[in-house]
Amino acid sequence: MKYLKAEILVGIFVLAGIIAAVVLSLKVAGLVLNTSSDVYTLHAKFDNIGSLKLRAPVKIGGVLVGRVSGIRLDEKTMTPVVDMEIDASCNKLSNESKASIQTAGIIGEQYISLTPGFYDEDLGSEYLKDGDYFQDTGSALVLEDLIGKFLYSAGSGDAKAEGAEAK
Amino acid sequence: MISNFLGSLGRYFLKKLTALGRSSMMMASAVFARPDFRRHSVLLVNEIYFIGVQSVIIILVSGLFIGMVLGLQGFNILKDFMATGSLGTLVALAIIRELGPVVAALLYAGRAGSALTAEIGQLKASEQISAMEMMAVDPLHRIIAPRFWAGVISLPILSILFAVVGIYGGKFVGVDWLGLDDGIFWSAMQNSVDLAEDVVPMLIKSVVFAVVCTWIALFNGYDCRPTSAGISSATTATVVQSSLAVLGLDFVLTALMF
Repeated sequence: MKYLKAEILVGIFVLAGIIAAVVLSLKVAGLVLNTSSDVYTLHAKFDNIGSLKLRAPVKIGGVLVGRVSGIRLDEKTMTPVVDMEIDASCNKLSNESKASIQTAGIIGEQYISLTPGFYDEDLGSEYLKDGDYFQDTGSALVLEDLIGKFLYSAGSGDAKAEGAEAK
Repeated sequence: MISNFLGSLGRYFLKKLTALGRSSMMMASAVFARPDFRRHSVLLVNEIYFIGVQSVIIILVSGLFIGMVLGLQGFNILKDFMATGSLGTLVALAIIRELGPVVAALLYAGRAGSALTAEIGQLKASEQISAMEMMAVDPLHRIIAPRFWAGVISLPILSILFAVVGIYGGKFVGVDWLGLDDGIFWSAMQNSVDLAEDVVPMLIKSVVFAVVCTWIALFNGYDCRPTSAGISSATTATVVQSSLAVLGLDFVLTALMF
């Protein structure tokens, strides 16, 4: 019984360390324990994925419904293919839906925004199933391209204006 | 004169080299010895109490204040860029990647490392280590090994406690005092902090720091001159060498892992 106090305090110390590690991984690192249980995978081909990263969010109207689980290059067409794990509860996406890469804020992270399409059985619409591809996709807006286009159009506009003045 | 200089340089170098060799031999025979769990678990628990539990208060208070100061400074700077939503990210990444393991190790070297050196130096000065050898008790097993393992177990736990308390300190200043939104603070943090990329390297760092700091402290005590002046200079050497080793190794580990 000589070491009783020390033993209790060491036990509390180690327990506090374990609890702190759990807090660190769940609350701070945002570890989600049930990841692979109830999801299905959809694919989408883009012309340009910009700086989309793995684990980027997939949203419908701003609501998180899944994560990007893979980014690869289609070997035949040499276009990027993005795999998305969508929550199983979100299973009413028709095959007319659109997947587009968007940016949160001007310099924020890029995410995939899904726009649900209309569903009409008479027109042969179907819900997207595990492994299906989105038919309609929108590529990432690359800010440098936009600036380049803007400068180009602004420059040509000035040239026209100067030409008009010269006349 | 040049030969004198070269001679002293060589003597200094040889002295350091033999010290490194002696310390490696000491660690090897203490760490890789056949462990005797039944007798040594009591010693180990006692040393964890001495090294770890008694350092908890200083770790918690320092972590709280470092987190609060990060929250305050970060808020004032991020405010200029209208980016106060990133305060959680800033505090969590700064503490988990660098400040947590490094400051905890520095405090550990000052609080527990110096005490270890002084304790073992005192054992040596009062010839208790020689007495143990006379009684056929291996002082490396009886004194060095439990203290080493206690340090290796304690410092990672202390670092994790430091990190959690620091992040809550930043949350206290940012959310409760300066009025940031609670949800944005946590979700921005959770989006950017990754378990495998940030938290695991932090644990690797603190285990490395624990091995190095404890090793330096134990060797300086075991190898000190058995006088009161010798103990005093060994304690100073422990704190200086541990601090420099932690800061230098932190750069190397950061360059390797991030």
